[in-house]
Amino acid sequence: MTGTRSTRWPQGRYSALALLRGALGGHRHWGRAWRAAEPRASYDVVIIGGGAHGLATAYYLASQHGIRNVAVVEKGWIGGGNTGRNTTIVRSNYRQAPLQRLLEHSLKLWEGLSDELNYNVMFSPRGALFLGHSDADMTRLAERGDSLRAMGIDAELMDVDAVRRLVPLLDFSPHARWPIQGGMIQHRGGTARHDAVAWGYARAADNLGVDVIENCEVTGFVREGDRVTGIETTRGAIAAGKVAICVAGNSGHVAGLAGLRLPIESHTLQAYVTEPVKPMIDTVIMSQSLHCYISQSDKGGIVAGGDPDGFPSYAQRGQPVRLEDAIAQAIALVPALSRLRMVRCWSGVTDMSFDGSPIIGDLPLRNLYINGGWCYGGFKATPGSGHLYAHHLATGQPHPIAAPFDLPRFAQGRTIDEAGVGPMPQHR
Amino acid sequence: MMLIDCPHCGPRAQEEFTYERTRDSVVPLDAAPAAAMATLYARANPRGEEDEIWRHTLGCRGWLELRRHRMTHAIVAVRPLGPAVLP
Repeated sequence: MTGTRSTRWPQGRYSALALLRGALGGHRHWGRAWRAAEPRASYDVVIIGGGAHGLATAYYLASQHGIRNVAVVEKGWIGGGNTGRNTTIVRSNYRQAPLQRLLEHSLKLWEGLSDELNYNVMFSPRGALFLGHSDADMTRLAERGDSLRAMGIDAELMDVDAVRRLVPLLDFSPHARWPIQGGMIQHRGGTARHDAVAWGYARAADNLGVDVIENCEVTGFVREGDRVTGIETTRGAIAAGKVAICVAGNSGHVAGLAGLRLPIESHTLQAYVTEPVKPMIDTVIMSQSLHCYISQSDKGGIVAGGDPDGFPSYAQRGQPVRLEDAIAQAIALVPALSRLRMVRCWSGVTDMSFDGSPIIGDLPLRNLYINGGWCYGGFKATPGSGHLYAHHLATGQPHPIAAPFDLPRFAQGRTIDEAGVGPMPQHR
Repeated sequence: MMLIDCPHCGPRAQEEFTYERTRDSVVPLDAAPAAAMATLYARANPRGEEDEIWRHTLGCRGWLELRRHRMTHAIVAVRPLGPAVLP
């Protein structure tokens, strides 16, 4: 990525030298990573939502398009929503071409992100492995792998011996609850440090002049006819040339403030983490037949999750029954996990769109835009989502990669339904 | 977790029930295409109360209408649903 990057870095560029200098001075010279900005009366672009997607959008608006009179308004604190609640998995091995292009675009940005932002987002391409539990699973994985490789995306089909060499702790016995027949791995997939992604984008956007405004909840929109001219917030009204909604989880609520109804339902999804242990799982283990995903954080905790709760909810807490299901799946796949203590479980609110794919583009009101509907898979898309959304906001036209994900696709029968279940968010 | 007061079976654990769809998303058979699309795909999705259709799947298998708060999970009303309004 090249951009008109500022070298201002008011708190100093992060580097090994700065770290060394800090060590000599007792690390007392480090300042804030971004300013605590006060809302101004007006901006060219106001982005609603200070999650990683919104912050990335602001960063790319400033760095790629030179639009720096931008505010990001966040109802809570940076990284306090879904950005800090996901299981940090990054991959691009989807089944359908539009999603492959979208996530591969994002993965390529992940690969250079720490350097681009001068912030260690701890992107760790440790491999993202899908398990196959049956002949049907293996056929499906082979089909997907073929389509990925035809698109130029790495995918490797593995037999059971190869999986055993990679993750010896899986239960390979023939009597296993979910017998393992093989798998498919994307070696370039992996994990990243979710908080660092938000902080890194916030700092880099702030450095380019973007106002990151926390504790500022949107309460309404200012309209002139069918044109949006600003927002009402808990910290006063802010005029804006363009208003960009980027609040996945709460898209329905925020669009509702503008009188719009979206093909999105908000559902909760849980995850949990165990006590930190020595390295035992050095790849990302996923089973799409079970909807189970397990990885080990760099701190040592085993991070895992399961199914969404299955009914609409904005409550950031989940049902114990679903949590128990998720734990049972993980223990059945990796029996050694039964010896670990769970230290934390949490829940995030996911924007479940009606075809399982995100919605990026125009809304029926002029100067109002949407980036949402990421279901339970938004984290991996963070850099690409921000990059493509910024393109749309800056040029007024969708980027070719984002174009298939517009809102009219539902009415026009162009849904991108990866799972093939139709407009039933609770069955996804 | 919610305790849902099934009109046929009495108060039962939430895990016996399945969420089906919102009350306003049942498409009439004679709906015009535009109205059918709006009903099928557009949701209010409020951070507040909404009328929902649930089923007592692991109980009497009866269909219910719940008025439920989507932030607090408080159930305001439960009533049985007849075939006339089913999808």
